[in-house]
Amino acid sequence: MNEWPLLSIITFLPLVGVVFILMIRGDEEIVTRNARNVALLTAGATFVMSLFLWFGFENGTAEFQFAEQNDWLPGTGISYHMGVDGLSVLFVLLSTFLTPICILASWESIKTRVKEYMIAFLILETMMVGMFCALDFVLFYVFFEGVLVPMFILIGVWGGSRRVYAAFKFFLYTLAGSVLMLVALLAMFMDAGTTDIPALLAHHFAPGLQMWLFLAMLASFAVKVPMWPVHTWLPDAHVEAPTAGSVILAGVLLKMGAYGFVRFSVPMLPQAAAEFTPLIYGLSVVAVIYTSLVALVQEDMKKLIAYSSVAHMGFVTIGIFTMTTQGVTGALYQMLSHGIVAGALFLCVGVVYDRLHTREIARYGGLLHRMPKYALVFMLFMMASVGLPGTSGFVGELLVILGAFQVNTPVAALMSTGLVLGACYMLYLYRRIIFGKLEKEDLKALPDMSGREVLMFAPLVVVVLWMGIYPMPFLDMMSASVDNLIANFETARAAAETAPALLALN
Amino acid sequence: MTVAIVFLPLLGAILAGLFGRFLGRRGSQILTCLLLAVSALLSIPLLYKVGFGSGPFTVVLLDWIHVGTFNVSWALKVDTLTAVMLFTVTMISALVHIYSIGYMSHDPSVPRFMSYLSLFTFFMLMLVTADNLVQMFFGWEGVGLSSYLLIGFWSDRPSANAAAIKAFVVNRVGDFGFMLGIAGIYLSFDSAHLDTIFAAAPAMAGQSLHLFGMDLPLITTLCLLLFLGAMGKSAQIGLHTWLPDAMEGPTPVSALIHAATMVTAGVFMVARMSPLFELSEAALSTVAFIGATTAIFAATVACTQNDIKKVIAYSTCSQLGYMFFALGVGAYPAAIFHLMTHAFFKAMLFLGAGSVIHAMSDEQDMRRMGGIWKNIKVTYAIMWIGSLSLAGLPVFAGYYSKDMILEAAWGAHSAIGQYAFWMGAAAALLTAFYSWRLLFMTFHGAPRADEKVMAHIHESPLVMLIPLGLLAVGAVFAGMAGYDAFVGEDRMHFWKAALAVVGPDPIEAAHHVGEAVKLLPVVIALVGIGVAYAFYMARPAWPGRLAAMLPGVYRLLLNKWYFDEAYEALFIRPAFALGRILWKQGDVGIIDRLGPDGVSWAARQVARRTARLQSGYVYHYAFAMIIGLAVFVTAYVIGMEG
Repeated sequence: MNEWPLLSIITFLPLVGVVFILMIRGDEEIVTRNARNVALLTAGATFVMSLFLWFGFENGTAEFQFAEQNDWLPGTGISYHMGVDGLSVLFVLLSTFLTPICILASWESIKTRVKEYMIAFLILETMMVGMFCALDFVLFYVFFEGVLVPMFILIGVWGGSRRVYAAFKFFLYTLAGSVLMLVALLAMFMDAGTTDIPALLAHHFAPGLQMWLFLAMLASFAVKVPMWPVHTWLPDAHVEAPTAGSVILAGVLLKMGAYGFVRFSVPMLPQAAAEFTPLIYGLSVVAVIYTSLVALVQEDMKKLIAYSSVAHMGFVTIGIFTMTTQGVTGALYQMLSHGIVAGALFLCVGVVYDRLHTREIARYGGLLHRMPKYALVFMLFMMASVGLPGTSGFVGELLVILGAFQVNTPVAALMSTGLVLGACYMLYLYRRIIFGKLEKEDLKALPDMSGREVLMFAPLVVVVLWMGIYPMPFLDMMSASVDNLIANFETARAAAETAPALLALN
Repeated sequence: MTVAIVFLPLLGAILAGLFGRFLGRRGSQILTCLLLAVSALLSIPLLYKVGFGSGPFTVVLLDWIHVGTFNVSWALKVDTLTAVMLFTVTMISALVHIYSIGYMSHDPSVPRFMSYLSLFTFFMLMLVTADNLVQMFFGWEGVGLSSYLLIGFWSDRPSANAAAIKAFVVNRVGDFGFMLGIAGIYLSFDSAHLDTIFAAAPAMAGQSLHLFGMDLPLITTLCLLLFLGAMGKSAQIGLHTWLPDAMEGPTPVSALIHAATMVTAGVFMVARMSPLFELSEAALSTVAFIGATTAIFAATVACTQNDIKKVIAYSTCSQLGYMFFALGVGAYPAAIFHLMTHAFFKAMLFLGAGSVIHAMSDEQDMRRMGGIWKNIKVTYAIMWIGSLSLAGLPVFAGYYSKDMILEAAWGAHSAIGQYAFWMGAAAALLTAFYSWRLLFMTFHGAPRADEKVMAHIHESPLVMLIPLGLLAVGAVFAGMAGYDAFVGEDRMHFWKAALAVVGPDPIEAAHHVGEAVKLLPVVIALVGIGVAYAFYMARPAWPGRLAAMLPGVYRLLLNKWYFDEAYEALFIRPAFALGRILWKQGDVGIIDRLGPDGVSWAARQVARRTARLQSGYVYHYAFAMIIGLAVFVTAYVIGMEG
């Protein structure tokens, strides 16, 4: 297998699908049907290819695997370099796993410009996968920013009534961050003479420079996570995005910021990371409590889940900056779990939205009577979101709390209030939608989930339970890379502490 | 065998839950009852084997979470404590399953109900067989989930939904402590595995833990964090408010979950962690104090409630208080003994109350009952047996366990022991009083229900009476049968190392207290019955007159000491108000206004101003150029001079 450029295949296979979709000719109806089929087949094939990563990945090492390197801009130290390690491989799989489900979710709900929609979605997949595989900062930057274009189009074209405002807000926030990250990229290139990520990981940046680089990257990553107070684009973007757009947004795009932290900020700028840890803790704790309270009073289902995402990502950022084995592993696990659970919750919203075309919570109630299957699935994902043991949500939360408790007990205690608040807003949401008397006339004729919808949820249900009951395969894939990350971080910090002493001796 | 005991209920839950439509009502009932019955029957030889034979063992099932030095597995740890719990839980659960066939016969969602009951049983069994704290937490949260689902089972009722959420959220407050306790234990012991913790614990006594910027005594802090979890699950004062509301669930649920098993999980947890609690005097005293306070507090409230189920719910709360102060004085076997006997007689009281409610066409208010004992004689007898056992009258099960608790409290010879003893004794008086108040109000006096209801009164079917009869056997004989093994001569051999005792054995001390102390609870109970007779049979006008004499006290008790009102004002309304403020003022008002909206507004303003500059008149531009030139020249000259 190693001779194959597997990562390039996975990354660019969706573009092959795009070419096929572009070649479709004929009636509107035929084009629509074929575009759907081709997109689903392509996404399915990409997922099958990505399974080779799952089976071929070696757990014991922190080295980059499936690496490929080709000249891109000769003489500049900038190359086409791809590879995955334990920090990124599972996110590649998450992306390829969610995309076919998203295409299934868009099967009936997208009725206009289906061909263009599918093209945008496949391009989006290429960008996501490429971003997690890139081992060159310039390449990473291209994919990182490239993701935004199809997402921007998905919201702007297939979005709801206030889509233009949402798209503009999304754009403004991310633009501010991107510009600063580009500056950071250039500064790193000037300092290290290369943009190759493994080389940058080995390079030592001067402490003063680290501070500026860290702040510049923080601006970009914090928006993506999103951290408080740069989170307000997320609720609007989610509300206006089509269902599948929300799934990808919550499932994968929100992970880009946190991935940036573990790939760049922390290992490349360890001293700055240590220095800014209190800031990150502070913002994250505020995020957990603040957005949980805001989620409690939301009247729009998608907004509620969007705010809950901000709270959950607060756990992730805390976990990363604890720099303990449990904390970082928990953060990565929480990212994966949140990707699946939040994605599934948005799909759950999509199911009833497709039927009634409203996301207003007050318009629902008593769905248990008409849609028992839906109630069961929704219950499972709600509980996973709340972090019930036995679901994927618990493992991440537990590990993050264990990690946080080792380094900072007040932070651990404050973030744990998220457990209580999370239960409040999720149970309150569920009660208003599923429980109660079935009184509203238009709800009385709602059909339960169709075969297509069951098929869409089945893999998510399996993965959420699997990750909750037997998480070892996932944890094993991460462990070597996490250990390596922490070991390097500790070495760098220890070196930084002894460095002034050496200077004094001279 | 252990695996079968634990996983058969899960099998039943999955089959009835997912394939209920194919199995049908009857099919799901038979299937779940059968699986539970097998599980219950298997637990008897297991208890015998572990308690009187080969002793404890552990079955490891599967790796769970291994990250760095944090290792937990799925495992079934069976020692005497677990075996007792397995026996109690499966036995009561099986009987409640059977009873539910009759009780829920008119309900449209029978398979769902049976599935939830079995699911609950599975989680409870996982809780008691845990060999590490994380698996215990799995069961802990799992029973919370099942309890939530079952309280809200009649989901059309807004009150049931509210009660379900309340139960889950209040428990989560306790779980917040449990979770931090797990984290603290891992930090201190580098493990979450029970046996490892217990082995290392004695060496850690006296060490301190740096927490929240303070140096706190290690073991005490950890124990109190865990105890917060126990308080939530076992409805101790402060976190008890969910339990009375949980009576919104169908009565079999109240019997199984909110009386016999789940609410005792906190007691089990403290007993399980006894090697840790034993090392901290302060933690044990706190447990005893909270327990004794809850015992008397809940008993006072029970005296004024009119809903038959609420009376029994507060009674449960009070009895759990007894178990906790037994734990707090170190009399772990007495607490577990009372846990077991209480499970039988309280489940029976609840199911008996269910039988009354069933007979009275779903009436729960005792003010609209009365004079029905002739119509439902079996139920009447059942309620008498349950009350006699609860009040702790000789021969009945409650007598053995409750007396032992009070004697152990007395025998502790400590201030906290004295407090617990006198609170417990006062609560015993109230217990007898409210139990007979319930009996008299429900069964005696003039009928206060309307004729339609009275005409319809009927004894419950056999499928409900047989489980009641079996529970009655337990409520009468469990005390006598278990006495020697649990707290008598054989207790060392029976418990082996399952319950730790450091220092003098409180049970031994309890056997040597004076005759007066041994006799006192019985005398008190008889007094309580007498007062209830005077108030509700002989002189029915007295209760009203007493309430009129002490209106403040009466209102305080009737409104359950205003806990709900206080929490509503302190937490719930502020949380919603704060959420709204943060959303409207914080996100929209500040962040958006200064952020994206502000930037776009500023951009528009700048653009508009700039556009105004482009007037098109040449002299405007020429003037601007001259001004600019002047500024630059001036700056240059000043720069040269500097």
